[in-house]
Amino acid sequence: MSLAGFGGVLVFARHAIVDQHRWMTAEEFNETFALCHFLPGPNIVNLSMVFGSRLRGIAGGVAAFAGLLGPPTLIMTALAMLYAHFGELEPLRRGLAGVSCAAVGLLIAVVVRMMMPLLKSRDAIALVLMLGVLAAIGVMRWPLQTVLLVAIPLSIAVTFALRRKVAA
Amino acid sequence: MTPHGNPIWALISTFGLMSLFAVGGAAAAVPEMHRIAVEVHHWMSEKQFADAYAISQLSPGPNVLIVTLIGYSVADIPGALAATLAMCLPTALLAYSVSRLLNRSTRSRWPAIIQAALVPLSIGLMAASALILAQATDKNLVALLLTGVVAVAAFATRMNPLWLLLAGGILGFAGVV
Repeated sequence: MSLAGFGGVLVFARHAIVDQHRWMTAEEFNETFALCHFLPGPNIVNLSMVFGSRLRGIAGGVAAFAGLLGPPTLIMTALAMLYAHFGELEPLRRGLAGVSCAAVGLLIAVVVRMMMPLLKSRDAIALVLMLGVLAAIGVMRWPLQTVLLVAIPLSIAVTFALRRKVAA
Repeated sequence: MTPHGNPIWALISTFGLMSLFAVGGAAAAVPEMHRIAVEVHHWMSEKQFADAYAISQLSPGPNVLIVTLIGYSVADIPGALAATLAMCLPTALLAYSVSRLLNRSTRSRWPAIIQAALVPLSIGLMAASALILAQATDKNLVALLLTGVVAVAAFATRMNPLWLLLAGGILGFAGVV
């Protein structure tokens, strides 16, 4: 059940669940993933629990959860130990600095990709909400809870009002 | 290390609470992890946090496992396990209960509305992650340039991200950054 994959577990998990073992249809998988994406927390971890429990009840959920997290957690712990011992060595320090720069670059690319639909549809309200969160968290460094307790109800209210207007 | 109190409890309460607010996945929670680990508790330095993010991107498994590294730096192996479970288990159980609930009740349009409402917020959170990490890593012009080039390459091509990370590592190792 170990679904550890490099760079993005999701692609790997989808392949194993839908294509390889045919445990779920593509539609079932998308539906389950949408649910896990909308709930808080690490999506793929949520997915493992929901997926496992659909197959075999709570025991299946726990098994999938442990299978997904167990091996990579062990690897990470091992890496953390190595880093604690050797993290200050000059070549490793330099290499990691380069990886960090690249990792930030990858994140920026993902953010821009996700923004494209908002830009294309000229969804001004969504863009303002997005910039507001960016400023509050990224620039002002306010706590996440405080910002989200304001932003989530606000965003839901606006979305709801807009949909009603479109429907009417 | 925290000067007082059991650091394991601090980890569990911090990440357990944070996970419930991690709308949009692990990348969205990075600013909050940074705020707690670097600014509030001084568990890690700016540099160690950036390294932890890099290691979590390089390693197999869900990217949320940056919490394993934070936990380890606070309280070794027990800390690593406590932080990982606190971050992952509560929301997984929530997902489990909600999915059972949804299976029974009829579908309403509320999930779609809430989901649409959360999209801009989670993009904003991820943009904040990028900003905070860039401030921690891009200390000079070459580093900034490398970040920019990788961003453009990853956006414009379908290249496997792992190659870009490795390229960054090699350039760094060679002393370019």
